[in-house]
Parts: sequence; C-alpha cells; structure tokens
Amino acid sequence: MSTATRQAERASPWRAPLLFAAVAVLVILEGTTRNALFSGSWNTALGILNLGLISAVTALGVNMMWGYAGLFNAGIVGFMALGALAPVLISTAPVPGAWDAGGTRLLFALALGLGTLALAAWVWPRTGAWRGVAVGAILIAGFVLFRWAFDPAVTAIEANNAASYGNIGGLGWPVLLSWPVGAALAAAAAWAVGKVALGLRSDYLAIATLGIGEIIVAVVKNEDWIARGVKNMSGIPRPVPYELDLQNHPEFPELANRLGMSVAEASGVWVKIGYASLFTAVLLAVILLAQLALNSPWGRMMRAIRDNEVAAGAMGKNVTARHLQVFVIGCAVVGLSGAMLVTYDGILNPTAFAPLRYTFLIWVMVIVGGSGNNWGAVLGALLIWFLWIKVEVWGPALMGVLTAPLPPGDLRNHLLGSAPHMRFIVMGLILLLVLRFAPRGLVPER
Amino acid sequence: MSAPYLAATGMTGGYGKADILHDCTLTVERGQIAVIVGPNGAGKSTAMKAVFGMLPLREGRVTLDGEDIGALSPQERVRRGMGFVPQTHNVFPSMTVAENLEMGAFIRDDDDGIARTMDQVLTLFPVLADKRRQPAGELSGGQRQQVAVGRALMTKPQLLMLDEPTAGVSPIVMDELFDRIIEIARSGISILMVEQNARQALEIADIGYVLVQGANRYTGTGAELLADSEVRRTFLGG
Amino acid sequence: MDLLNALVAVLNFVVIPATAYGAQLALGALGVTLIYGILRFSNFAHGDTMAFGTAMVILLTWGLQGLGIALTPLPTALLALPVAIALTALLMLGTDRVVYRFYRRKRAAPIIFVMASVGVMFIMNGLTRLVIGVDEIRFDDGARFIIGVADFRRWTGLEEGLALRGTQVITVAAAALTVAWLFWFLNRTRSGKAMRAYSDNEDLALLSGIDPERVVRQTWIIAAALATLAGTLYGLDKSFRAFTYFQILLPIFAAAIVGGLGNPLGAIAGGFIVAFSEVAVTYPWRKIAAYLGWESDGLMQLLSTEYKFAVSFVILIVVLLFRPTGLFRGKSV
Repeated sequence: MSTATRQAERASPWRAPLLFAAVAVLVILEGTTRNALFSGSWNTALGILNLGLISAVTALGVNMMWGYAGLFNAGIVGFMALGALAPVLISTAPVPGAWDAGGTRLLFALALGLGTLALAAWVWPRTGAWRGVAVGAILIAGFVLFRWAFDPAVTAIEANNAASYGNIGGLGWPVLLSWPVGAALAAAAAWAVGKVALGLRSDYLAIATLGIGEIIVAVVKNEDWIARGVKNMSGIPRPVPYELDLQNHPEFPELANRLGMSVAEASGVWVKIGYASLFTAVLLAVILLAQLALNSPWGRMMRAIRDNEVAAGAMGKNVTARHLQVFVIGCAVVGLSGAMLVTYDGILNPTAFAPLRYTFLIWVMVIVGGSGNNWGAVLGALLIWFLWIKVEVWGPALMGVLTAPLPPGDLRNHLLGSAPHMRFIVMGLILLLVLRFAPRGLVPER
Repeated sequence: MSAPYLAATGMTGGYGKADILHDCTLTVERGQIAVIVGPNGAGKSTAMKAVFGMLPLREGRVTLDGEDIGALSPQERVRRGMGFVPQTHNVFPSMTVAENLEMGAFIRDDDDGIARTMDQVLTLFPVLADKRRQPAGELSGGQRQQVAVGRALMTKPQLLMLDEPTAGVSPIVMDELFDRIIEIARSGISILMVEQNARQALEIADIGYVLVQGANRYTGTGAELLADSEVRRTFLGG
Repeated sequence: MDLLNALVAVLNFVVIPATAYGAQLALGALGVTLIYGILRFSNFAHGDTMAFGTAMVILLTWGLQGLGIALTPLPTALLALPVAIALTALLMLGTDRVVYRFYRRKRAAPIIFVMASVGVMFIMNGLTRLVIGVDEIRFDDGARFIIGVADFRRWTGLEEGLALRGTQVITVAAAALTVAWLFWFLNRTRSGKAMRAYSDNEDLALLSGIDPERVVRQTWIIAAALATLAGTLYGLDKSFRAFTYFQILLPIFAAAIVGGLGNPLGAIAGGFIVAFSEVAVTYPWRKIAAYLGWESDGLMQLLSTEYKFAVSFVILIVVLLFRPTGLFRGKSV
C-alpha cells in the first residue's frame, strides 16, 4: 500500500499527456521515417493506430471490470467474437431463400432452448426432494426437442446455396447500427455467466469466463448458419468510403498529388483516417460515459466495494449484484469493440480470435496502462499494440544482429525462424515487470 | 529471587499508528498458571500476541528464562520453548488427530522422545486416543480444542500460551479443559492464557492480570482478584 | 441385438480413449490442485508448463534418437522424461523465486497471483514456441499397438474391432504409478505431511516450525513433474502442438474444481468425470445403437467434437451452481 501511495504522489499532472505525446511520436515516426525500426508508411502507421484504438475500447471494457470491481474476465476473446457477429447479422445483405429454408424453425428452436433453461430455473426452487429428477427430466426433454427443431433448420439453411452463402444472412441495415447490437449480445452472455460465477472465489470467474470464451469462439467457428464459420464472412459493409470509389472520384488524383502520394496510397490513408475519426469518437464517448459513471454515486460505491468487499457487504451493499452490473457493462463495451473490429476488417474470420491476442494481450494493456484509470487503459492499449506489432519485426532484426557471429547452420536458422515468437516473451516480461514494480500502471488511478 | 521464567515488561505497541498496548507487563513463573482477563477490546489477545512476537513493539522487552527474545520471530520462539494455541483455526482440519500431533513435533528429531510426548498427550486427553485416525475437522469443538492443545504440547514447550481455549465450548467441556490445564501446569509447564470466562479462569490462576485499554489495571493471585470487590463489581458481574 | 459387438464398440471408442484421456487430465488437475492447495491460486500457466515440459521431452528424445539410443518397444520419450522434469522443475523454481515469492511475502490477493501467472504463461508460451515452434509434432516411436483391430477380429471372430495402443497402456500405467507415489508421499512422509499441513492451515504450520519456502519448493517440483508427465502422455497419445496445451487448461481446471480445488483425490476423480463425459457426449452412438437393434438416421451424437470444451464448461457450471467446493470438499469458496 505504501509504495502505491508514493507512486501516486510522484505522478505529475503532465505524466499522462507526455505519455500520450510519446505514443503520437511513435505513430508519426512510423508514418514518416524509413529505417531499421520504422516502415515510413502512413498506411502501416494508421493501420496500427486504428487497431490500437479498437483495442483501447476493449481495454476500457476490461478496465471497468478489473479497475472498478476487481473482476478477472479471462474470456475477453469470446465476448469480442460475440460482438463481431453483430455486423454480420445486422448489416450484411439478406441471403435469398435462407429465411424461407428454416428461419422460423430456427427461431422456434432457439426459443425452445432458452425456454427449457428458463423452465428448469423456475422449477428448481419450487419443487421438493425430487427436484433433481424433475429438472434433469426437463433438461433432457428440452434438449431432445431443441435438437429435433434445430438440426433440420440448420441443415436447410446451410444447404441453401452453400458455396456462396449457407448462412441465415443479415438484415441489410447500416453497419453502425450493429455496434450497439454487438454490445447487447455480449452483455446478454455476460449476464448468464456472471449470474453463475460471481459471488464465488475470484478465480472461479476467471476460469468460467475462460470457458465461455472458448465456447463462443467454437460456436462462431462451427455454426456455419450464423456467419459461415471458418469459411469466413466477407463483404461486411463499411461506414466509410471504399478505396476504389475514391480513386475513381475525379478530384481525388489531384489531392493525392498535392500530398505527394500515389493515388492508391492516398485512398488507403483517406479510408484509414475516416476509420480513425470514427473510432476516436466512439472511444471518447465511452470514456466520457465511463468517467461520468465513475464519478457518480454508483461509481463511488463500486470503488468502495472493490477496495473493501467485506466492509461494503457489512454496510448492506449487495456486492454480487453490483459486480454483475459492472461485469455486464464491461462485457458490453468489449462486445462493442468486437463489432468495430470486424467492421474495420470487413471480414469475419473466426480462426483469428485467439485468446492470447484478444484476451491476455488486452490484459497486458490494462495492467500496463493503469488499472482503474480509463486514460491509462487507452494509453496502455495504444502503446502495447504498437509494441506488439513492432516487436514482431524488431525481434527477428535483433536476432539477426545477435546471431550474426554464429556460423550459418541449423541453430542459426532455427533461432532466426523462431524470433517472431519473442513477442510473447516480451509481453509476459512487460506484464510481470509492471505488476511488480508499478502495480498501478503508467497512469495510476487518482 | 531469580527473574521470572517469562517476563514481558513495559510492552507498548500496536498494528498501525495507534498503540493498543500501553506499558503492559506480564510475568509467569515456572509451573504457574497466569490468566489475562478484561473486558472486550482490552487488548488481551494482543498482549499475548506481543509476547509471542506477532506484534511489533515500540517499547518494552520480553525475556524468556532470562534471555531477551524480543528480536526473535514466532517460529524461533517456538524453538525456544514457547507453545502457542490460537483461538481459532488451531488444528489442521483435513489431517487426522495423530497427524496433527505429529505436526506439532515437526521441529523435534528425537523419535523416542516424540513417541513419549505423544503417549503423555494421549494419556492427558484419552478421547483423542480413540479418535487418532479421524480428521480433526470432523471432531466436536471441545475435542478440537484438545487436539489444538495437544499439538502445542508436542513441541515440548516450557511455556504454553492459550488464546481463549474455552471459547465456544459447553460448560462441562470447559471444566474438563481447565482440569487438564491444571494438570499440564503441575508437570512443570508454565501457562499463560487469555480467558473470557474470567471467574472460572481466575479460580485456577496462580496470577491474574486484569487489562483495560491495553494497560494493567489490577494484578494479583487469582484468589486475591476474586476477593477484590472492585474487580468483582466491574469485571465479574457482581 | 448384438450385445457383444456393442460392448466391444463401447470399449474401443469410449472406454479406452476416455480412460487414457482421463488419466492425462487427472495428472494435469493434480498439478493445478496442488498449486492451489499450497500457493492458493489458480495457475493459468499450468497448460503452458505442460507444453514446455513436453517440448523438453521432445528435444531430448530427438537427441537420444540421434545417438541411436532407444527403449523399444517403449517410446524413447520415457527415457527423456527425468531430465525434462528436472529442467522444467528448475524453470518453475526460478519462476517462483523471481515472480511469485514477492507476492507471497506481501500476502497479495489470489487474483494478483492469477494475473502474475498470466505473465508467466506468456513467457512460457513464448519459450516453448522459441525452442520448438508451433508445428504439430509426433514423437511416439514405441510399438504402436498392443492389440490391433485385425488381430482382435481374428481372435474373437467379432465384427467389431478393438485397438489398444501402447501409449494408452503407458498412460494409464504411468498415471497409476505416479498417483500411488504421490499419495504415499503426501500421507506417509514427513515432507508430504508438512505440505498437507501447510495447505490446511498456513499459520499453524508456521507455528509448528514447518518451513514454508521448503514446502513451496517441493510443490513446484512435484507440479513440474506432474505437468511434464501429463503433457508428455497427452502428446504421445495424440500429438504435440503448443496451442492445444493452452486449450486443455479448461478441462483441467474443470476437473480440479469438480473434485474440489486443493483435494488430490478429487482431482483424479474429476479428471475421469470430465474425460468420460467429454468422450461420451461427443461420440456418435449410432453404430452401438444399431447393434442394440435401434436403427437411426442421425449420428446420435449429442454434441459435435468441436464443442468438447462445452462439456467441461457445463460440468464446471453445474458444480459451481450446486456445490462450489466440489464433490470431494476442497478449499472453501
């Protein structure tokens, strides 16, 4: 405790702005200078920035759970993947014939499934000694009914023009509308998990979320009717112009010329700046809401609970209910970032949802930035994402220098080939070093 | 006259900035039973913890058999002959009674001696002999307390410290426990204990300390304190 | 109705694979539960410890093969195990020294330990990738089959075949020996009892003169041995890929929690419960149903194999809902 206090006292008001400026300098260097460390391409620089901004939104969500309530969610990847489904379901064009093939039956099946769970939950407290048997029977019957309704519907939908579709299709609505839907999907899943795993030991939530994360990703990979599974879902509409349209615009080549870029490069940069503005707007909106919430009576209570659960519980605060609230809200923000991610990528590729990248790397961002501090989370996200991308390049370069004295051969080749993996070690080291020597992060909570 | 076996003099200190103990003094002679009583929050358990080295002291010194042990950790004090029975969490619940006692003897390596002490403990608490193979967590409160005392005795202490040994046990079990404690003292082991049941405890005490707000209020033999009308009125409920 | 063939099919496709898998999970869960019992946190790096240990075994196996040393008909990996265990144990002890000890002395909250274990997980994952890469590796060079499908059909004249692979027998035998040794150690030796005492009541263990650092060191060494063994057996039985060892973390945690975290006996039971559920739920029962005179169009598979993790998860949720301390009463919630 004493080290933490000292750290807070030492933190100057200029610390956060300076650190943000440093990140900005890194991005500018990436965009302007070409040498061993930087690529000198604005397309690359803005690409890193945009994914950094998305990660910042995810990190904000995680920071709400961890920083406000001390909850460890180890399934971030799943909540992101769930949010990522929203743009597919909301804004891709409807698939001809899919709905007729089995849409109604599918909805009926899903309703049956949820109804079974609800019925089981309703019966459980209302029956006596035989409730185990009763609930077991309900669940088994429900499962059989569900599969009876569900399987033919899915088979029919997936058979519908399987080569190019095979999914239920979207609604064709604007893609920005899908972002809040992504948040809502993640929130619903979070409510279900939180209901079970909150209120128990803190690591149980971590393990339960680890599980739900893997399951959601498995669902996205394997339920082709939702979003074509590993066949990938491309053609997600964009909220910003397409490069080709820009290039064909009569005035664009001149603009590109004035900027000293090729038309192709300029169009890419234009699109990325468009995304960057959009993402920044979302990020600022989330921060604003989060700050307002944090400084409201609700936020003060959250922090009081985090700092002393026992005392807060003794004062009559329903700790578990509050934790559930913050868990759902945090996961919603994570889901939002998932929707933003696929919108930016323009393609939903479920195999890309790897826990190391989307769960644990986000955690590194939050811890490094400063648990409990929203600006810290954003800073951590931008900085760590930049390093994550660049260490993949710098690692082999460094290894090249280090192995130069070695004779050419298997060992050298092996080391050179394995060097990109060094970023895992670097991230682990950063996490451990920050956790130990600056547990409150780069921008500590005030 | 030689110095007392345990002498904790002028103890002042606490956990944070505020002191809990104020110039508190406790001494125990060999084979004596010393009892600390007092109202709730008087710092009784804290004083005992201070003697055992679980509380940092700003002032005062603790000597055992004439040696200053103020700098020693609790574990080192165990090796010097101080046995401690905490008020709660004082057994290994998933281990059998026999294993609990064995763990008490962990610091000893004289197998014969350990076996002898084990026999003595089982003679002292015959009920434990019957329950040797049963996990301590499954025993009743009183039996568990016996295991706790037995475990501490296995370290072969010269001074046994008991923090409210009768908390939460029935009056019958309490009387039996006090009988056993007298028996232990007769074997030459000094006893220092904190008790809620002040009257019964003072009845068996060679010396009693009444603490109020971390300071000595009354000190005397158990009989003296029981006879003192002031003590009776204020602390023993008439 | 063909009871015998149905029985053989159940043995071949459910019982034998689930038993081997259960033994692997049990060993993994034992490691998790021991660390939980002594150090009081869920070690997220355990999967990657298994991966690292197995990577060491593979490297040493290649080395031994290069020298022409083999253990035929047993896999060379068994010969490499002791050295690999020693290397993994050294790594764990080093990790404890530079990472966990600090938090232990500070008596940090369990969740901080979990977070630190995530950092360790990253590093171990990176180390494993660095030394051995991310490709799928098969390193079982022992005798493939003890009973082959064709032989079994010839011997019995049954339509259904039964295969028993060498690795399956080795897995179960090694797991049984290890568990027997572990229980002997925990219940009969002074060091083992000290570990249990520390797990039961840390403060009282200190008062009894038990050296906590020594207990912690023993725990890491045993956990390293269990993790390396579990990882190697899993890799021999299936194949080695760094990523699968991260995924196996979930069934292992589920097994440990089902049995009651901190309870070794529970971890073993939990391992088999999870393994049998997983295999039974994801196995297509059509063939067996047909032997029993029940023809069906569907596969009669409750869940497709891709969702095997859902089985661990559901078991986990059910236990958390109804008996958070686990079936065998582990540490309190």
